Amino acid sequence: MTATAPAAPVPRSAPADRDGGRGGGGGDGEPGARRVQFAVVLMVLGAALVLSAVAGMAVGSVRVPPGEVWGIVTHALGLDRSEPAWSRARETIVLDVRAPRVLLGAVTGAGLAVVGAAMQALVRNPLAEPYLLGVSSGASLGAVAVLVFGVSLFGPLSLSAAAFAGALLTLLLVYTTARTGGRITSMRLVLSGVAFAAVLTAVMELLLLTGERGNEARAVLAWTMGGLGGVRWGTLWLPGAAVLLGVGILLVRARSLNLLLAGEESATTLGLDVARFRGRMFVLLSLVTGVLVAAAGPIGFVGLIMPHIVRLFVGGDHRRVLPTAALAGAVFLIWCDVAARTVAAPMEIPVGVLTALCGGPFFLWLLRRDGRRDDEGVA
Amino acid sequence: MTAAELVVEGVTLTAGARRLVRDVSLAARPGEVIGLVGPNGSGKSSLLRAVYRVLRPDAGHVRVDGADVRSLPVRRLARTVAAVVQEPGAGFDLSVREVVAMGRTPHKRLLDGDTAEDARLIERSLAAVDAAGLADRPFDRLSGGERQRVLIARALTQQPSLLVLDEPTNHLDVRHQLEVLDHLRALPATVLVALHDLNLAAYYCDRLYVLRDGAVTASGPPSEVLTARLLAEVYGVSAEVAVHPRTGAPQVTFLPAGAAAAVPAAPPPGASGA
Repeated sequence: MTATAPAAPVPRSAPADRDGGRGGGGGDGEPGARRVQFAVVLMVLGAALVLSAVAGMAVGSVRVPPGEVWGIVTHALGLDRSEPAWSRARETIVLDVRAPRVLLGAVTGAGLAVVGAAMQALVRNPLAEPYLLGVSSGASLGAVAVLVFGVSLFGPLSLSAAAFAGALLTLLLVYTTARTGGRITSMRLVLSGVAFAAVLTAVMELLLLTGERGNEARAVLAWTMGGLGGVRWGTLWLPGAAVLLGVGILLVRARSLNLLLAGEESATTLGLDVARFRGRMFVLLSLVTGVLVAAAGPIGFVGLIMPHIVRLFVGGDHRRVLPTAALAGAVFLIWCDVAARTVAAPMEIPVGVLTALCGGPFFLWLLRRDGRRDDEGVA
Repeated sequence: MTAAELVVEGVTLTAGARRLVRDVSLAARPGEVIGLVGPNGSGKSSLLRAVYRVLRPDAGHVRVDGADVRSLPVRRLARTVAAVVQEPGAGFDLSVREVVAMGRTPHKRLLDGDTAEDARLIERSLAAVDAAGLADRPFDRLSGGERQRVLIARALTQQPSLLVLDEPTNHLDVRHQLEVLDHLRALPATVLVALHDLNLAAYYCDRLYVLRDGAVTASGPPSEVLTARLLAEVYGVSAEVAVHPRTGAPQVTFLPAGAAAAVPAAPPPGASGA
């Protein structure tokens, strides 16, 4: 049986190559090795997150040296009691303008990455992601409807509530459309996602162009491209709470997400009530997506790229994928936003444009890889 | 691991207008190995699906140790009944060990971690199907036969008292077919297995149920069930059945249409002296 092992490159695990055949001894060391590697990945990403946040607060139209940013932040947190050596204006820029923006970037990046990872397990398809499946478009439409019609059923939460409803509805529609005979093919999933996104976006644009509040259209249109600008401390709590809740629940249910990878019947025989679990998860993912879209606009591809990249390092177990993807997504979006602010300064590029620039090619690569696997007759 | 009693009573399954299984009753005493045989589309997989409660019977009941499987919570049932099903599972970069570890899930509460005992069980299950060396390989890159063995290992890791298997020997080479079935025989658990290969079924099963068009046409010990007449009736083939001198189990030899017609006077294999 050793000889039947394909010569194809085995990703990430050197031990597998080392003892190729029946190496019970090598097997014992592996889980430990994996755990160490996982811890290292988490620490590296945690450090990267802190550095990225500082960089995110330093960069902009007014450049603040990173050392000073560090001083301002630690001082504000009460960790550093020394006398401030910076101007009041800089403190305001860092604390009141950039800090909430960086935090929203981190929260949004983490949330989208985690939602993407979970969605991929739930529909058992590596191409799933809130933006590609049209879920973000549904959320946008909900939010725009609230803006245009001026509905405020839930007070300040109306925007998020409508975005949540739009997201959930779209997710259910896309899922039902893509599913035939208990199976979802990549093609049907992506096509129905694209179709729904196109229709929903068209309706949204129609609303924007014909709505009474046409003068606001420009601002809203900018929002529909995804952007982190203009966030204040007062509005940050909602996305923060939604993402914390989402990550928390998903982490607790990580084992169940793993079971879904085995297939629906197998997951059932392994003790998971698949329909009920999927229903609840759809609600949770729509909630996180809706709140994030209401806060930062639809930002695509983070949920696609991050899970796939982190799986290369920590494997497919969701107990490792989710926390790693959250950290990686936070770092990624902070840097995308830094680029969005600086590349064409003084003009600001919507951050969604940048993530799409990275994500599009990545998506095509996944599509080709996926297609090859299908052709290999895994069916 | 203990053994459970399985009772299937008058189960009827339909999919839309199509009737998959008609009024099937079946019983397995604790520790028995029960074989399910029959041509393609005879309802074997559907019946098994009802046993591991993926399909809901339109009539009848499936009881494990007296409890209707539909009345038990999914997770509770998964601690008693494990299944090896015919389903493509995308691995998403899961290693073989991680796939096998799924078998521990029904025994875990939400925040439980993996214990050393889990690790031991996983290693033992992998070794039982000769897959210890595959533990660190990505599941997606295994061959069909290797995957099949890993899925059996996952079911073993579940420590079931009833093990349900749908064509577990599919994709396996001869040696692994025998090894896997040997292992299933040696388990204390009750085993319900659908098999294509009648000779394997005859040798390894205590009793057989023969399905045809969704109904049981014969049941009993292999030596009573597997007759040339039944095979002609159910499968529409000519065959000879003899008792194998070494195994003592019925041995089926299929006669291709040409051979059966062209040499009608061929002496039985025992008398040929060849």
